[in-house]
Amino acid sequence: MTTATQPQQRQMGDATRRHSVMPSVNITASHDEYVLEVEMPGVNKEGLEISVEGNELTIIGRRQPDSVQGEVMYRETSDADYRRVFELSSDIETGKIRAEMQQGILKLHLPKAERVKPRKINIAD
Amino acid sequence: MKLMRRQRHDTEPWSAFDELNRLRDEIDRVFQSSFGDMTPSMGFLEGWSPAVDLFEDRDKFTVKAELPGMKKEEIEVSLHGNTLTVSGERKRQQEHREGENYRSERYFGRFQRNIQLPQAVETGKVHASYRDGILSIELPKTEEAKRKQIEVKTS
Repeated sequence: MTTATQPQQRQMGDATRRHSVMPSVNITASHDEYVLEVEMPGVNKEGLEISVEGNELTIIGRRQPDSVQGEVMYRETSDADYRRVFELSSDIETGKIRAEMQQGILKLHLPKAERVKPRKINIAD
Repeated sequence: MKLMRRQRHDTEPWSAFDELNRLRDEIDRVFQSSFGDMTPSMGFLEGWSPAVDLFEDRDKFTVKAELPGMKKEEIEVSLHGNTLTVSGERKRQQEHREGENYRSERYFGRFQRNIQLPQAVETGKVHASYRDGILSIELPKTEEAKRKQIEVKTS
């Protein structure tokens, strides 16, 4: 499939750190939750990795393999992974974080709560 | 690039998400060394400007534009001669106007990009699709353009 044409660095775990770009984010808060909107064009649900370790929220987005054939004449986009880390405040209920991905925008709902529980987040449709 | 990245609320203390500055510096360095020259020109005072790529193969050109978070109906694609224009408006959702804003790095409003194609294309056969926040436009070359291309290669 198309994965065969991908640069090798994609396969290497550590390369994520070196070949990553920081996505733009908007963060808003209401009385009961924080909402993060992260811009990751080219990433779909399968390419997302969201995790909470301690009070650190890590978001990684891997772009879908480029299916375009032909020579590059002009290029402004990057094929690097997106990566951004946030420090969570203790009023977020990490077990109830909800994620949705639509047209390259990751939307995370972080409900406000008393306690913080470390946990891996599942991505909803 | 740095000057143009708007952070309207950077003077406010933000208790919930204290960005890891170390990581940001690291990533900024990567940005500057690898992609510094590729930064698209931003419409600083009016609107914004999405990043675009242009590919060419024997039969067609392919243009890709990063337009995350839009609706298909909000994107306009038009062709005037050899100039492809991608424009539209990204609208802010209602919920962003309510509550507190901690970070506003995303651009909203009107955008326009003009892409000059090196050869003539079949106006009636242009195909555009929008997926994962990426607009892809395929523009088949005209028979004449393809013929010229072969002539150049064989001479």
